[in-house]
Amino acid sequence: MAPADGLAAVLERYEPVIGIEVHAQLRTASKMFCACASAGDDAAPNTRTCPVCLGLPGALPVLNRRAVEQVIATGLAIGATVPPATRWDRKNYVYPDLPKGYQISQYDLPLASNGSLTFDTSAGERTVRIRRAHLEEDTARLVHASLPGGRRVSLVDFDRSGMPLMEIVTEPDVRSAEEARRYAEELQRVLRYLGVSDAEMERGQMRVEANVSLRPRGTEPLGTRVEVKNMNSFRSVERAIGFEIERQAAALDAGETLRQQTRGWDDTRGLTYVMRDKEDSEDYRYFPEPDLPPLRTDAAWLDAIRAGLPELPASRRARYVRDLGLSAYDAGVLTATRETAEFFEAAVAASAGDGRPRASAKAIANWVTGELARLVNAATGTPKGRIDRTGIGPADLAALAALVEAGGVSGTSAKEALAIAFETGEAPVSVIEARGLGRIADGDAVRAVVDAVVAANPAAVADYRAGKAQAVGFLVGQAMKATGGRGDAGAVRAAILARLGATDTEGAA
Amino acid sequence: MSGDLTRLTAHAMAVALRSGETSSADLAAAHLGRIEAEDHGLHAWLAVDPPAVLAAAREADAALARARAEGPAALAALHPLHGVPVALKDLVSVRGMQCTAGSRILEGYRAPYDAHVTERLRAAGAVILGKTNMDEFAMGSSTEHSAYGPTSNPWDLDRVPGGSSGGSAAAVAAFETPLALGTDTGGSIRQPGSLCGIVGMKPTYGRVSRYGIVAYASSLDQVGPFARDVRDAAALLHAIAGRDARDSTSAPVPVPDGLLHLPASDDEAAAGLRGLRLGLPREYFVEGTEAGTEARLREAVAVLEASGAHVDEVSLPHTDYGLAAYYIVAPAEASANLARYDGIRYGLSVRVGDVLGDYLATRGRGFGPEAKRRIMLGTYALSAGYYEAFYGKAQKVRTLIKGDFDAVWASGVDAIVAPTSPTVAWKLGAKLDDPVAMYLSDACTLPVNMAGLPGVSIPAGLSDGLPVGLQLIGRPWSELDLLRIARGYEGITATAAWRTVEPHGLAELRAVGCPTPTERAAALGAGDR
Repeated sequence: MAPADGLAAVLERYEPVIGIEVHAQLRTASKMFCACASAGDDAAPNTRTCPVCLGLPGALPVLNRRAVEQVIATGLAIGATVPPATRWDRKNYVYPDLPKGYQISQYDLPLASNGSLTFDTSAGERTVRIRRAHLEEDTARLVHASLPGGRRVSLVDFDRSGMPLMEIVTEPDVRSAEEARRYAEELQRVLRYLGVSDAEMERGQMRVEANVSLRPRGTEPLGTRVEVKNMNSFRSVERAIGFEIERQAAALDAGETLRQQTRGWDDTRGLTYVMRDKEDSEDYRYFPEPDLPPLRTDAAWLDAIRAGLPELPASRRARYVRDLGLSAYDAGVLTATRETAEFFEAAVAASAGDGRPRASAKAIANWVTGELARLVNAATGTPKGRIDRTGIGPADLAALAALVEAGGVSGTSAKEALAIAFETGEAPVSVIEARGLGRIADGDAVRAVVDAVVAANPAAVADYRAGKAQAVGFLVGQAMKATGGRGDAGAVRAAILARLGATDTEGAA
Repeated sequence: MSGDLTRLTAHAMAVALRSGETSSADLAAAHLGRIEAEDHGLHAWLAVDPPAVLAAAREADAALARARAEGPAALAALHPLHGVPVALKDLVSVRGMQCTAGSRILEGYRAPYDAHVTERLRAAGAVILGKTNMDEFAMGSSTEHSAYGPTSNPWDLDRVPGGSSGGSAAAVAAFETPLALGTDTGGSIRQPGSLCGIVGMKPTYGRVSRYGIVAYASSLDQVGPFARDVRDAAALLHAIAGRDARDSTSAPVPVPDGLLHLPASDDEAAAGLRGLRLGLPREYFVEGTEAGTEARLREAVAVLEASGAHVDEVSLPHTDYGLAAYYIVAPAEASANLARYDGIRYGLSVRVGDVLGDYLATRGRGFGPEAKRRIMLGTYALSAGYYEAFYGKAQKVRTLIKGDFDAVWASGVDAIVAPTSPTVAWKLGAKLDDPVAMYLSDACTLPVNMAGLPGVSIPAGLSDGLPVGLQLIGRPWSELDLLRIARGYEGITATAAWRTVEPHGLAELRAVGCPTPTERAAALGAGDR
């Protein structure tokens, strides 16, 4: 039986109950409790440390206000409640990546609680309740290596120690592997829109864990929960949860009792494996962090944060479909990143008014998601690898789209002009003017091309005269080719028909 | 300058430094000489680096010379502590120096940074003389829980100096330093101050930054001064107090310059007592309070009343619960604060082959019995299912204790007078096998930490030849008021006969072959058996 069929059969009998836990590294200039610069990928290990993030005796934490604001912004964006006062707690456990022997986290007073996130799935729109979002510090990074001679050692890089981390926990509302992936994708978009995290899964800036259990359809009690970790891409989120659903179903079908476990996803082998049993739940002995006074979140502060929130992707998607008449697909592509959406909207705005020819939102959308996106993607990793940094402004693109819609330039020429503009930094419309890429619609010019094509293709002319009407298409194609695509196809066709007709007339005379 | 420089108060040193009668280098040399000659039998110090001390003193002298050349204004601008030696309890971080906190587990660790108070002392021009002995991680009331051996009390070398800041207190009392810093979590400055017959103050929680101070119980720890008189203690507090952005619990409360201008005249100081309303809490004569201690306290009250202060009995009804609540809160915080000592990054590291094994072996060997006891107490108190019954309830008691004090302040009382310690200094080893008896010696001091208030212990006479301390407790941020009262009491008792008595152990310390406290403890233990 093919896996897909297996999953489908499983889902008829069992209902997956899934909760998602996301850790997102916040985008702050400095760490959560000290002035050390946020660790970049490029820094050599243990170069961004100080007594505080090394947990040296006597060091004390000082809260990064920006990190708090980023979690509050996220909370407000997901419609969560921010308590009037909160605090931090010590989560006690021992591991070499945790230099203080406790992690400063939040226990019973998270910065945000009771929010939700709505996203699209193949089965329509879904809303997942978010239980809480809180702010905590990241641990150091362990690097396992072999010394020359083969001895295995574990090295600790404290550059990550004390980086601000937001933990976002859903209610067990997710019902499929696809939903889990879609939720994570939408959350990534929201975090990026808010500018609070780069949320790159491959770089560990966004870590997704899922609690997966099954229950027989139509029953209430929750089954034994398994925590799945090490999913380093959206694709692995979907694959890992899909695997886990099937694995658990097979076990239940075989009459086995599931164990409460933490399992890791092995992307290469496409399966989950046991990391540890969680039969005895760990006791973290949380207690209020005495080194940090409670934090009050007064209304004026919350208002200021709320006022700074951008329009989120879901709202933009709905607006594009409703007000601009775009397809849900186009709306999704245009809102994939905040800069793309803002570029698109600026172009639409630039196209409205001032009496010049206007481009439709659909046309602009096609340019943004088509040719411009292609150029930007090809420039990935260079300064022009982002839509808002190519040198081509929204107004430039709107003007180009308008010119195409008005028939002032062929689509092919317009793309060529855009590519040149992308390279040189000129405005695309200026490129068209300067390089004569505009349409050849002038009668004499078209006739000259047509005369040459007719003269050069006696066989096609003969075919036409023999009654093969489709030979005209060939001749039009040849003429368009001769104009380098700049010819107006309609005018060329008319001129060819006229030329062939004239020949007939002359022949008959 | 003729005479023994080590007998001077810090403010007398300041005068002599400015007049050119002495130099910081001379002061440093005199104290280093005394330490070298006499600390063998006292063991107040864990680290002294004479060349570094002398270099710092010469720097202070150079700055002094520059100021003198500039004129009187520049000289006056120097902090009163400029050029004056100061001792630091060995849990204050000093860049490049050891910082053992009295524990084996921090053996070999050298702090790579300065504590805030260290920076402030350097800025004031003070000369850091060295690091003093203490109970391991400040857990103890006798300094016997130091991994590096006990310290003796200069008044009787067979007795403890109190603790946990016993090294600092003994060093000041034995004229090995005019000034010292300690920390006070449940009485660790005031109690050894009392037992060694000197002034010791715990400031309001948040008055002095804890940045760079090895933590015991973060919500209770506070750094404070030891000195042989009130004016010196005030000047040292002035140097170290104030907001530090690196300690989120340090308060943005201005530090009054009045700390540097306490009355020099005894009569003027005494006159300030007139009309004061003082409260005497009936609950502070706890079970086990010695008759001599109580007698000295009653006499002190009588003296204060004779000077025009009104002393009324007040009640702090939750005092009884303070000890139990303290021994939940402090160990709970300590259990987390001490979790970082894992042998991976610094200090003692015992390797047995795997991470957990290394961890257990390092901590097993690195911590002494009292640290282990409190880690276990705290871990248990925070465990799932026990949190509310222990930690939660202790925090409620803490609120009640705070409420007790608030009610007293609301009744118009300016300050509370109380015993510092129920007893005078006891014999080495006497309470070592009875933790609860040891804990009880802090019964009168730890409620002050629980409430976050300032408290100061000042000498108030002798009982059987051993010092008795008088504790003054005030409203938050009232350090200056408290020290004015303390200075007033000092003024009215300036000519008392007991003030002329010197610590009885000093002569013995000078003798060749004076036994170490460890040797004394061993002998006493043998005697008991």
